[in-house]
Amino acid sequence: MVMQFLKKAGLGVMLAMISLAAHAQYTWNFPMPATPMAADTLHVHNKFMVIVMIIFLIVLGIMIYSIFNHRKSKGHEAATFTGPSTKSQVVWTLVPFAILLYIDFVLMGIPAYHSIVMMEDTKTNADMVIKVTGSQWRWQYEYLDGEAQGIKFVSNLTTPQDQIDNQAEKGKDYLLEVDNHLVLPVGKKVRVLLTATDVIHNWWVPAFGSARDAIPGFLRETWVRVDVPGTYRGQCKELCGKGHGFMPVVVDAVSAEDYAKWVADQKTKLAAASAGADKTWTKEELVAHGKEVYVKNCAVCHQAEGQGLPPTFPALHGSKIATGPIFDAEGKLVKDGHLDRVFNGKGVMPAWKNVLNDTDIAAVITFERNGLGNAVGDVLQPAQVKALR
Amino acid sequence: MSSTTAAHHDEHHDHPTGIMRWLTTTNHKDIGTMYLTFSLIMFLVGGAMILAVRAELFQPGLQLMKPEFYNQLIGVHALVMIFAALMPAATGFANWMLPLQIGAPDMALPRLNNWGFWLLPPAAILLTLPFTLALFGIGDGAIATGWTFYAPLSIQGGMGVDFAIFSVHLLGVSSVLGSINVIVTILNMRAPGMTLMKMPMFAWAWLVTAFLLIATIPVLAGAVTMLLTDRHFGTHFFDAAGGGDPILFQHLFWFFGHPEVYIVLLPIWGFMPQILQTFSRKPMYGYKAQVVSLWAIGALALVVWAHHFFTVGMPVPALLYFMYSTMAISLPLAVLFFCWIATIWKGSLSFETPMLFATGWIVLFGIGGLTGLVLADVAADAQYHHSYFVVAHFHYTLFAGGMMGVMSGVYYWLPKMTGHMFNERLGKLHFWLTAISFNLTFIPQFFLGLAGMPRRIPDYALQFAEFNAISTVAAFVLGLSQLIFVYNIVSCARGGKKATDRVWEGAEGLEWTLPSPPPYHSFTEQPIVK
Repeated sequence: MVMQFLKKAGLGVMLAMISLAAHAQYTWNFPMPATPMAADTLHVHNKFMVIVMIIFLIVLGIMIYSIFNHRKSKGHEAATFTGPSTKSQVVWTLVPFAILLYIDFVLMGIPAYHSIVMMEDTKTNADMVIKVTGSQWRWQYEYLDGEAQGIKFVSNLTTPQDQIDNQAEKGKDYLLEVDNHLVLPVGKKVRVLLTATDVIHNWWVPAFGSARDAIPGFLRETWVRVDVPGTYRGQCKELCGKGHGFMPVVVDAVSAEDYAKWVADQKTKLAAASAGADKTWTKEELVAHGKEVYVKNCAVCHQAEGQGLPPTFPALHGSKIATGPIFDAEGKLVKDGHLDRVFNGKGVMPAWKNVLNDTDIAAVITFERNGLGNAVGDVLQPAQVKALR
Repeated sequence: MSSTTAAHHDEHHDHPTGIMRWLTTTNHKDIGTMYLTFSLIMFLVGGAMILAVRAELFQPGLQLMKPEFYNQLIGVHALVMIFAALMPAATGFANWMLPLQIGAPDMALPRLNNWGFWLLPPAAILLTLPFTLALFGIGDGAIATGWTFYAPLSIQGGMGVDFAIFSVHLLGVSSVLGSINVIVTILNMRAPGMTLMKMPMFAWAWLVTAFLLIATIPVLAGAVTMLLTDRHFGTHFFDAAGGGDPILFQHLFWFFGHPEVYIVLLPIWGFMPQILQTFSRKPMYGYKAQVVSLWAIGALALVVWAHHFFTVGMPVPALLYFMYSTMAISLPLAVLFFCWIATIWKGSLSFETPMLFATGWIVLFGIGGLTGLVLADVAADAQYHHSYFVVAHFHYTLFAGGMMGVMSGVYYWLPKMTGHMFNERLGKLHFWLTAISFNLTFIPQFFLGLAGMPRRIPDYALQFAEFNAISTVAAFVLGLSQLIFVYNIVSCARGGKKATDRVWEGAEGLEWTLPSPPPYHSFTEQPIVK
């Protein structure tokens, strides 16, 4: 066991050395900035790093000089001073502190002031507003104004579990890939509103230079203006439970034309989904679609076979709720029934009302009642879900 | 006073032996030894936890543990290291050395002292018991929120959170008791002639620490109690749905959490100048300036807390205030650094193990301090915050600035405590292995953070693989090197070359006027300080 580890460790270090040599462009600093804020942050960081390096090297130099020259073994006699004794010494002693004051509050303090003002100015000349909602463990995006108003979708990790479990080769964007990318137009100032449904998350794309907490029950805001087209990847930066390492942020910054095309595409899909909610589905269609929704959204807690992770995440297989009635005799929604729980959430269970569309909710509930080893036999139609809104 | 009269004096007492001696002791040196031993054991426990974490992070993918368990390990590692390793080490030194340094027979409140210590083992058991319970299928393990207990994650958590809350309560009571004892001892039991401004720096630093503890521990206790009632009794302090605010918890926690950093470090800033002056054979530089700086840092520590969560979204004036006040700490800290270096300047230096650790400590703690200065900048902090950059930064302050300082103190006073010299060659080996592997562990983490790796994730993207591999290998070297430390302490306690009263050629202060080891009731006749 130990030998194996040592062998692996040695191999790891060797590999690291080789790949360090191979990747001359290995990142020793922040990623290439894509927004004005990130450019500013990088500038601030570089400047301060140079300053603190200089301070460090000067002090280290003085220490090294002393360590080598003031040794007892070299016969150096100890001095006896305990403080500055002459007037000129007092002045000289104060010089480093004056320099430090200057560095703190002028050299670093004044640019920092301007950076903060820029960072916090989310509203001036904002071209569009989006809302980002964090929940365990996915991001949801909603476009609040302009041509894209009304578009909303959930963004889930797509890295397969067998890659995480080391049973398959890891892909290029391992852990940094999602099904639905957030798409933003290049060169537009986007005001980003943030909130969360369960615990605190933090929406962070390193190339954007902005990181802001998403807090349940509150709105926070930041802004981005991506100037370089491309795909940008980031991660949640606030510990949010077991899936904290598995909720990446992926943003596509595209040209105005591509953005318009994407918006039109999304609008068509939305219309189709809305139409889908009005038609009557067969049980097989619902179960098949519901299984997809389940794997994407529910399996992380309730597990692939519905066995759950008790006590925090209950099993759905044989669950009282998932096999109990959805509507009562008068056709009213049963409180704490299956649909109520999925729709409105409770405790750790998030509310899916504003996350999934009617078809998805109807399908996943039908799947849970007729799959995962349950056999209730009934069907929930999307129209029944739509009627609740 | 000669050692024969001390031995004679001891015979008057009917001391219990065996386990009862340790359970019932009110002797400051016995209690100090227990604190230090407890600290060493918990240092190894916390270290083992983080080595498991580093092993998991050796390569991308999940190899050894599930994310749930990973989250438990990182949080409990921090709680153990801060509350059960660093703080008890400082209290252990206070117990052992304060009475010796100020010429007192014992601490002022010996029974309270005993209680203060014996609250610690139950607290440590409470903290780690959920790991064991989970093995038997009870509960879902220890607290998994990180050491910061952030609501609402901690409200969602399992019973490990409750265990941690009660553990923190006990640790808090213990700390406050210890602080009261320190304050009373320092203010009332100094030898005649030892005015406040003649007091050893260690006493000054502990006085500031004790006041900080009394000011902040009750706030922490209140915050976790509110958390407890939110969890079980339907209050909504931290739940927006009931009119509360999750960020309130962060304010309360860091009002304690930031001073806590100084609570851990101040005692070290107290004895470090004494070590530097001993091995420089030269009086301490800038005594008054150091005392003023210690108090200034203590005061500033209480008013800068929100820099730990700049990214929650605050009004611009709040951001500016917390940024500038944080930067202001660099000033008194720079005064301390200046005085430490000026103390060795033009001395007659020799580098025995304690001095090696002390010099290494100045350099590495300097890196922690300087990166802290950069972190104060709100704009750059958006990138650093909760990335591995921060992890590297606070290990430079808390491992290099904290633990390596403690190690320096241990080597410095071990001959006084045990009456034997330790193995100097092993001590030096321990220093070099520690210093080198520490840097190899944490320098890569600075770059990981800059490249965008968030902290507290059990698995990571492929571009972070190389640095993580290096960091893990170095961490194992760092961990294993500490076994040399343990061996050296144990063999020194069991025997070795007899230590003289003065131990070190340049040692100054009352503790060096007593025999090594000192008699049971340290000073039975008050020494006179001129």
